[in-house]
Amino acid sequence: MNAIVTLQNVTKRYTRGKQTVEVLHGIDLEIAQGDFVALMGPSGSGKTTLLNLIGGLDQPSTGSVAVAGERIDSLSGSRLAKWRARHIGFVFQFYNLMPMLTAQRNVELPLLLTSLSASQRKRNAEAALAVVGLAERARHKPNELSGGQAQRVAIARALVADPTLLVCDEPTGDLDRSTADEILNLLQVLNREHGKTIVMVTHDPKAAEFATHQLHLDKGKLVGTTATSTTAA
Amino acid sequence: MFKQTIAVTSMNLRALPQRLGISLVIVIGIAVTVAVLVSVGAMATGFQKTLSNTGRDDRVIVLRGGSEAELSSTISRDNTLTILDAPGVKRDADGKPIGSADMVAIVSLPLKASGSGANVTLRGVGPKMPVLRPEIRIVEGRMFTPALRELIVGRGAVKQFSGLDLGSKVSFRDADWTVVGIFESNGDAHESELMTDIETALSAYRRNLFQSVTVMLESPEAFNAYKDRLTTDPTLGVDVKREPDYYAKQSQGLKKLLDLLSFGVGGIMALGAIFGTLNTMYTAVSSRGVEIATLRAIGFGALPVVVSVFVEALALALIGGALGAIGAWIFFNGNTVNTLGANFTQVVFNLTVSPALLVNGIVWACVIGVIGGLFPAVRAARLPIATALRAG
Ligand SMILES: Nc1ncnc2c1ncn2[C@@H]1O[C@H](COP(=O)(O)OP(=O)(O)OP(=O)(O)O)[C@@H](O)[C@H]1O
Ligand SMILES: [Mg+2]
Repeated sequence: MNAIVTLQNVTKRYTRGKQTVEVLHGIDLEIAQGDFVALMGPSGSGKTTLLNLIGGLDQPSTGSVAVAGERIDSLSGSRLAKWRARHIGFVFQFYNLMPMLTAQRNVELPLLLTSLSASQRKRNAEAALAVVGLAERARHKPNELSGGQAQRVAIARALVADPTLLVCDEPTGDLDRSTADEILNLLQVLNREHGKTIVMVTHDPKAAEFATHQLHLDKGKLVGTTATSTTAA
Repeated sequence: MFKQTIAVTSMNLRALPQRLGISLVIVIGIAVTVAVLVSVGAMATGFQKTLSNTGRDDRVIVLRGGSEAELSSTISRDNTLTILDAPGVKRDADGKPIGSADMVAIVSLPLKASGSGANVTLRGVGPKMPVLRPEIRIVEGRMFTPALRELIVGRGAVKQFSGLDLGSKVSFRDADWTVVGIFESNGDAHESELMTDIETALSAYRRNLFQSVTVMLESPEAFNAYKDRLTTDPTLGVDVKREPDYYAKQSQGLKKLLDLLSFGVGGIMALGAIFGTLNTMYTAVSSRGVEIATLRAIGFGALPVVVSVFVEALALALIGGALGAIGAWIFFNGNTVNTLGANFTQVVFNLTVSPALLVNGIVWACVIGVIGGLFPAVRAARLPIATALRAG
């Protein structure tokens, strides 16, 4: 098994004033290349916290986090930013598109951190929009898109720099059932046909069925791992 | 890094119109501050220009020893003759010294603007005044006739006070005085005065004492010898000053006041504008907290974020500064203003918005923008990404 994510004995504590709360307790976790992992659990169980550690948006209090072959638990802020640019594509619940940029420009954003020329950036952004089926919406601004379309643009943005790992926090949390299914189908295609490794936080058991594996988090502890029989490759 | 900075900054600036209301707070605050700074500066500049226009290097004003201004000075008729006759004073073709022993009195006239009374200087001048002060040109009417109650009135006084137009009658000292001429004097302090014949003035005021003597020297270099001669004469007891020095001294008080005003009022307004900018930029930054956090999650560095917020503040400050400076220039440049000058009478002067003042105003705007933008920019960059993303 070729592990892309390896967490060993990871804890995360937050200090608020004099009070310290441990949100994650001794997490051990491996995610293999090509997995599509659904991270589930009740509200407040630490799903977002764990996802942020994997995506390099936050660092653990103790333990080691290795992602894409690099120990990221003690990288400095600026090295971590470079590392994220190279390895991680993020998808958020509320899309987080830049409201004044067109879909095309939004998708191009991560490429500004590469050495690609303007014309290459444009071409790659168009290609990414084509993958999510929104080529004809390139010139639209986010407020001219439906929720599902905006999330597709966000997925195109997450894909465009060809990251090692896609990290999605409740990507369908704001969408109705059928739109959510479209997005989940898209993620599944990205996983199956493009070989993308995906970690997705979700509340929704139906959404989790699109994944190859399910992780269950409860009160800061992993309580079980299931391979999803119906959709596992 | 450069490409990132440009991208984030330009994205930020392009979004400015969407934050129009909040951005206007900065622009207007800074515009008003700069307009105030520039117009107070224009007052100081104009006032100084007016007073430094008054006087020539080869002209000397003689006052009683220790008198700072003409009103507190008295010189006897005998002494005025000694002062006029002393060696070093230039003489006219007729052999008479070029000089004038002046009487100065204060007349209260209604201001055009408010109708309320304000003081204007009445100056009785000797027969050699036109030779002594060639800059005084009658532009309407004619010179007064000695022994008649006739006045010539400076252009500035005509603008400022009502009832001074050519031909009008002005009442004071129980008599009607006729305005027979209007003069210009290169916009100097005398343009705010009324002038009449010295003997007529003395008899109207039943005085036999003069306030000052002004003489023209043979050359500016003759000053020291002339001054020594007068100040070492114990019967005279006078102070001797070159005209420019005298008027510079006169303007000092007001200049200090204007400086204080521009630093005091301007400083307080600038401080207010800084806090306004800080507050607005903090709000702008926090309203874009998720956007900024998303960019940083994608891998944009902290520096481009800092620069972009900073540039936004600076751009708004520059717009505000330019509006304020241009506004001050359009509304105030060339406007006349009157103020208490020498002798506690009104001196009329032009507000002068110089290029230096405009530059100064823009610099102030930039300082406000820099200070007001820096702290919000740094805060935006330091906020942990995970925290900022949750805030959405
Ligand atoms: N910056 C912080 N400071 C203090 N406590 C925090 C902070 N961030 C998260 N927490 C706490 O950590 C716990 C886990 O939060 P987290 O957001 O990871 O849960 P979650 O499983 O994603 O919940 P949800 O399903 O509601 O999104 C919560 O109790 C939360 O209040
Ligand atoms: Mg969460």
